[in-house]
Amino acid sequence: MFKIVRRRDLNPTVIMMDIEAPLVANKAKAGQFIILRVNEEGERIPLTVAGTNKKEGTVEIIFQVVGGSTLLLAHKQVGDYLQDFVGPLGEPSEVEGFNKVCVIGGGAGCAIALPVARALHENGAKVTSIVGFRNKDLVILEDEFKEVSDEYILMSDDGSVGTKGLVTNALEELLKKGEKFDRVICIGPLIMMKFVCLLTKKYNVKTVVSINPIMIDGTGMCGCCRLTVGGKVKFACVDGPDFDGHEVDFDEAINRNKMYRDFERKKYEETCNLFKKEVK
Amino acid sequence: MPAKFNMRPDKNKMPSQHPKERAKNFKEVALGYTEELALDEANRCLHCPKPLCVEGCPVSIDIPNFIAKIKEKDYEGAYKIIHKSSSLPAVCGRVCPQESQCESRCVRGKGPNREPVGIGRLERFVADWHMNNSTEKAVKPQSNGHKVAIVGAGPSGLTCAGDLAKLGYEVSVFEALHKAGGVLVYGIPEFRLPKVIVQKEVENLIDLGVKVYTDTVIGRTITIDELFEQGFEAVFVGSGAGLPKFMGIKGENLNGVYSANEFLTRTNLMKAYKEDSETPIAHSKVVAVVGGGNVAMDAARCALRLGAEVHIIYRRDIEEMPARKEEIHHAQEEGIIFDTLNNPVEVLGDENGHVCGVKVIKMELGEPDASGRRRPVPVEGSEYVLPIDCLIMALGTSPNPLIKKTTKGLETNDHGCIIAKEETGETSRVGVYAGGDAVTGAATVILAMGAGKKAAKAIDEYIKSKNK
Repeated sequence: MFKIVRRRDLNPTVIMMDIEAPLVANKAKAGQFIILRVNEEGERIPLTVAGTNKKEGTVEIIFQVVGGSTLLLAHKQVGDYLQDFVGPLGEPSEVEGFNKVCVIGGGAGCAIALPVARALHENGAKVTSIVGFRNKDLVILEDEFKEVSDEYILMSDDGSVGTKGLVTNALEELLKKGEKFDRVICIGPLIMMKFVCLLTKKYNVKTVVSINPIMIDGTGMCGCCRLTVGGKVKFACVDGPDFDGHEVDFDEAINRNKMYRDFERKKYEETCNLFKKEVK
Repeated sequence: MPAKFNMRPDKNKMPSQHPKERAKNFKEVALGYTEELALDEANRCLHCPKPLCVEGCPVSIDIPNFIAKIKEKDYEGAYKIIHKSSSLPAVCGRVCPQESQCESRCVRGKGPNREPVGIGRLERFVADWHMNNSTEKAVKPQSNGHKVAIVGAGPSGLTCAGDLAKLGYEVSVFEALHKAGGVLVYGIPEFRLPKVIVQKEVENLIDLGVKVYTDTVIGRTITIDELFEQGFEAVFVGSGAGLPKFMGIKGENLNGVYSANEFLTRTNLMKAYKEDSETPIAHSKVVAVVGGGNVAMDAARCALRLGAEVHIIYRRDIEEMPARKEEIHHAQEEGIIFDTLNNPVEVLGDENGHVCGVKVIKMELGEPDASGRRRPVPVEGSEYVLPIDCLIMALGTSPNPLIKKTTKGLETNDHGCIIAKEETGETSRVGVYAGGDAVTGAATVILAMGAGKKAAKAIDEYIKSKNK
């Protein structure tokens, strides 16, 4: 069992938690993920490691409530225990040897982009962060990003905060100005990553994306997380989750992520109703 | 010895759930011998002075003597004899391919229309009797103070752990998943091997003093080198088979196309067959399973129980299927359709990116290939489309790359399998032993157990000689 030692609600649906898991904390690097189960009957939920505190033996996770299982997790408080917590899984992100990198985060994907930006910063790279949200109420981790970025650009779909527009607008502006990045690292919704990659391909800037497909075991056994990269089948859990964005078949990945959407919606409603009953 | 043997030529049939009934539930298919049937079957054993059956058993169970104990109605005594050689008797009695091992050597099976003694069924009877009636708990032996680490709580790892614990070693088993059992819990379905039985076998090991750590991925959470630093004197790697293989044909990543590993893991480990499961699975109308091994049969029979019409597509003939005869027979009884001498060439999808059919080509048998089996060759122009809404690929696996990637000096072959000596499990790294699917590629539970057993013996000798 793994204790929740801290909790912070970043916005109405995005929650940060610190989990006591010393072995994982000791090993986890930026870009890797963990899998947790809330209870004995729970689903295995893959979540990217948002940070670690080796001294304290804790691992920070940030998740968005999207289905029944994440809703269940959102109802856990400090002092509660999670049934399972395993990791770190996947390959760490490449963060060494860069002069200038652009880190792009979209929505809850910023939770995953932040540790990568931090690691790049610590390794001496100049970091430009471009983060995008639908509106001002959803903005997360602004201070944390600023701390590790040489430049911080905030975009919102409706213009209620930062500059109105998409992350691709901000990136294109920089590239047009002749800004040279060794690399673009982009983490967010698949559709956003797809369009960032289309743009950077035009400007010939190597772009790495972090893919978060549906997974079960997450250790290289079930094959559920497969995607096509450069025409070959790759498994996000052992080959990734980082891949060369110019090689990823995004349309296929987008389609595969839809597989259980109806089930998820139903489970979410069922879980909602369950909690409503408890409140009564 | 009893005065007279039972000289009936055929073995007692296994009482089973009716095919029509069982096709709709996940309860165990084979119900097990009654005491009466077990006694009758035991009396078919001639107690050969040179028992060939024992040679056919990968873990060398003293078969004639455990059967002799059954004849005396000393079932606990029979259990003790089996348990000396096998740490998982209730599992082996259910999933071993006895027909190609112990039973294939039995003299009672020689000659036309003669069947060997039902050794596997008797083993299961004894193991179940013990579980249901014995209150004796395994006792932790006096510790010899030496620590051994086991990677993976599957059949090879659990066997190795059990054997070493019996010798007094302090054994720790590290399991990546949230439950111990490996393929016994994620792969083999409930109706063939109830999970409560696996659980009890694991509990027996814990009684013996074995420590089981779930949620621990060796290579990630802890590396093999760190295990040595922590004072483990030897490590056994039984990390099992790895990533599923696909055919490389168009449409394999459409929604509704599963690997057998995924389909079975969802169904078994995550209990997706239960209505209130948190983990989803497709409840399809028509499912095609590609492959002819035991895993293909398991996937097909799970899909059937989830309510589908199920086709097995296999490129050779039914006689050439690598699956156990009994499994094929069970699948046929339950109404699974065998499309043999057929091979998929393309997976077809609908406008939502979901599989809607599979294009299949008919095959015929040509000249024998390297394996001695006649090579299947496509019949030109024979393509047809089978409308389906789910496709399961059961084509085998390639080894998990994690241990290899994170352990310096551990050699693997071209397929990525760990290179280990067959007789001892020794690898290229001193103190590191390996066995099971991680070494052989996808094989059977009992072969993995045999490897775990040999490695336990070799580890014991290694640690003793090191500490002389």
